[in-house]
Amino acid sequence: MTVIIILLIVSISIAGGFLILFLWSVRDGQYDDLDSPAERILFDNKTKTKL
Amino acid sequence: MSILKPHTTAVAQCYHCGEACVDTKVVADGQAFCCSGCKLVYEILNENDLCAYYDLNTHPGQGQIANFREDKFTFLDNDDIKSKLITFSDNEKTHLTLFLPQMHCSSCIWLLENITKLNAGINYASVNFSEKEIYIIYEQKVTTLRKVVETLASIGYEPQLSLNELGAKNTNKLDRTRWYKIGVAGFCFANIMMLSVPDYVTFGGTIEPLIATFFKTITLLLSLPVVFYSSTEFFESAWKSLKQRYLNIDFPVALAIAITFLRSLYEIFTHTGGGYLDSMSGIVFFMLIGRWLQSRTYQAINFDRDYKSFFPIAVNLVKDDKTTPVEINKVAVNDIIRLHSNEILPVDGILSRGRGNIDYSFVTGESNQVDVNIGEIVYAGGKQKGGSIEILVTKAVSQSYLTNLWNNPIFHPKTETKANIYDQISKHFTNLVLLIGLSAGLYWFDKGEIHLMWNAMTTVLIVACPCALLLSKSFTQGNVLKIFSLQKLYLRSADVIDGLSKINHIVLDKTGTLTEENTNNIAYHGEAINAEDKKRVASLLSQSLHPYSKAIVDLLDIKSVEEIQDYKEVPGAGIEGWIDERYIKIGSSVFVGNSKIYDTQGSMVYIKIDQQILGAFTIKNKYRQGVPRLLAELKADYPIAILSGDNDQEAHFIKTMLGDDNEILFNQSPFEKLTKITSLMNDQHKNVAMVGDGLNDAGALKQANVGIAIANQTHNFTPASDAIIDAHSLVLLPRFIKFAKISQRIIIGTFIYSSIYNIIGLYYAAQGILSPVIAAVLMPLSSVSIILISYFWVHWIGSQYFKTEQTK
Repeated sequence: MTVIIILLIVSISIAGGFLILFLWSVRDGQYDDLDSPAERILFDNKTKTKL
Repeated sequence: MSILKPHTTAVAQCYHCGEACVDTKVVADGQAFCCSGCKLVYEILNENDLCAYYDLNTHPGQGQIANFREDKFTFLDNDDIKSKLITFSDNEKTHLTLFLPQMHCSSCIWLLENITKLNAGINYASVNFSEKEIYIIYEQKVTTLRKVVETLASIGYEPQLSLNELGAKNTNKLDRTRWYKIGVAGFCFANIMMLSVPDYVTFGGTIEPLIATFFKTITLLLSLPVVFYSSTEFFESAWKSLKQRYLNIDFPVALAIAITFLRSLYEIFTHTGGGYLDSMSGIVFFMLIGRWLQSRTYQAINFDRDYKSFFPIAVNLVKDDKTTPVEINKVAVNDIIRLHSNEILPVDGILSRGRGNIDYSFVTGESNQVDVNIGEIVYAGGKQKGGSIEILVTKAVSQSYLTNLWNNPIFHPKTETKANIYDQISKHFTNLVLLIGLSAGLYWFDKGEIHLMWNAMTTVLIVACPCALLLSKSFTQGNVLKIFSLQKLYLRSADVIDGLSKINHIVLDKTGTLTEENTNNIAYHGEAINAEDKKRVASLLSQSLHPYSKAIVDLLDIKSVEEIQDYKEVPGAGIEGWIDERYIKIGSSVFVGNSKIYDTQGSMVYIKIDQQILGAFTIKNKYRQGVPRLLAELKADYPIAILSGDNDQEAHFIKTMLGDDNEILFNQSPFEKLTKITSLMNDQHKNVAMVGDGLNDAGALKQANVGIAIANQTHNFTPASDAIIDAHSLVLLPRFIKFAKISQRIIIGTFIYSSIYNIIGLYYAAQGILSPVIAAVLMPLSSVSIILISYFWVHWIGSQYFKTEQTK
């Protein structure tokens, strides 16, 4: 039954990994604007952006 | 006698912006436009293959009638100013964010993200619609900041650059912190819940002590970020309010979190139980989500304008005979700045060159222009009406007269200083909740039920949500504001709804409010005016903002104007000036000293050149569509007064619309309008709503309980008013007032709902039979339900009152 300790550690680490990914995406600005992407997908002829 | 033909209106709508096309000459590709500005934007789009702009929405453009000067954006070449606006810059590319208030539809997003086609130097453009911002990356070698801004302005999206931008803008960072906190709290909450399952579910048999300890340790570790990171905003807020010697709504929450945490620590370390860390982290998580939901709703309505937004951000500094644009914060005492006509004074100073003709209507409410001679003081907030002048600065921006005025609570005398009933109840609510919690705890302690005692205390603190009480008012008002703004009525703040609901007397201005600005029924009676004089008359009239002046200038159709000496405008009377050694006076009958009577209907504008009265323009006021119906609806419920600066030519017509019981006063000066309102408010104790155009009744607007300024372009901010209404929405005024009244009832309704919710919740909590996690869910649930109820209730009633409900 002590194997459950190992299971726990693994699962919490995986969940922790997801948390880090979430925090990363917030820092990247993914959650800054939740409205324009909804309108944007309806446009045709997206111009190619050169960066 | 020659008679000039009156104008006729074309009914066509501008393809670009939807305004009525008065001038039938502006046409392109078979489409009509209201002005050459709109046509220009269309042509720019057409050349660059961007006409899909018009496919996505009808009339998506902004009216382009006011074009910008060529050198309007020269100050953006200044490196100091540039560095304040730019977010990032390296050798090749520059990033910047600009605020575009004109953004309102999907066409805007589409067009703005395609401006890469219009300016080759722009590599990337991305729009944040809810913040109305555009994020641009451009190449420094190909284009400049100034050209980028000019590109935006040329298609009708002139960025709003104000001091706000020049300061650090850090609202973004704040919002992100909330996301971090929610993420961390959610992660910890979920895992703690998972680890707490054994405590809830026992199939007979016990857990090995090693594993139990391990679980508890991990749970404890996970709870630390929740308490010390995610819930910091509750603790900070509660602490702040404690310092002020009162308890705000965050206090019970902070207390609940603290109690649960400490109690859990105690239980874990003394091995007396499993603790309540799952409940605690649940509380924090759900509370944060509730707060996020609230801020989302507030984001939709933002009517925040502080004094800094009003001033131009850069002024022309005169040094060594050179004028250079300079950021307003850098203007120091003893600098000399140059102001053009119709520019607003940003600082206090002394006139050092030119003829000062300052209009202080924003500051004092009187639109009398003050003639200022060299050496006299001029104050910030005034508008220069004459030609260019130079000012010696005596006070820097932060201390000037106008800022003091605006920050001074006396400037808005109507804000109630007595706390209204909701705030009072909320204040006592917290104390009440603490009392209930304490007494429930003591009761169970007395009975010896320790477990129930802790349960009762924490759940009482959590489940009782004073925020629901506050929310009922703020959310309902927020929804009302939203509906109003969809119908083009913009209130200064939510308090104005209160004021609007109490109105029992209405005062209306006539010219510009009930009548349209574009009057197009003009005829001329009198001696013929030769071409030279026509030019002079047009030159004089073009200095004036009065709608009649504009109408006559349009009629005369003169392209170039000459310079005027000694220009003087007397509001309510007329204008005069010298041109080519001739003295021209244009205005009312009294103003020009007329004795002849012309037998016509309508307002008369007399022309007098060199002591000889040539004739008069008769302007038949075109009343706005729906005015008769508006007056009929209004007079059924409220006494009305119409105050007009005009003559009484139309008394009869107005009387047929108003009836005999209501007052109609003519030839009112701005001051007389102000005294009328004051007497209604003080002597008759009425709650007065005044609707005016803000040009010459700013004082009256400020004085009235609710001052509503009519605007054609809704971004003309008249600070003296409490609300701005689009001209086309004026006919909805009776419904706006009724709706405001109903919203008061909705507030009471949601308040009662939240009270019942609290009572039921407390009933179960005090008995100790409510589990803390359930309480933690119920708490934000109550907030969410209030939000939903108030939203649907307000919008349902709104849809009954206002037929056209547009979605964003």
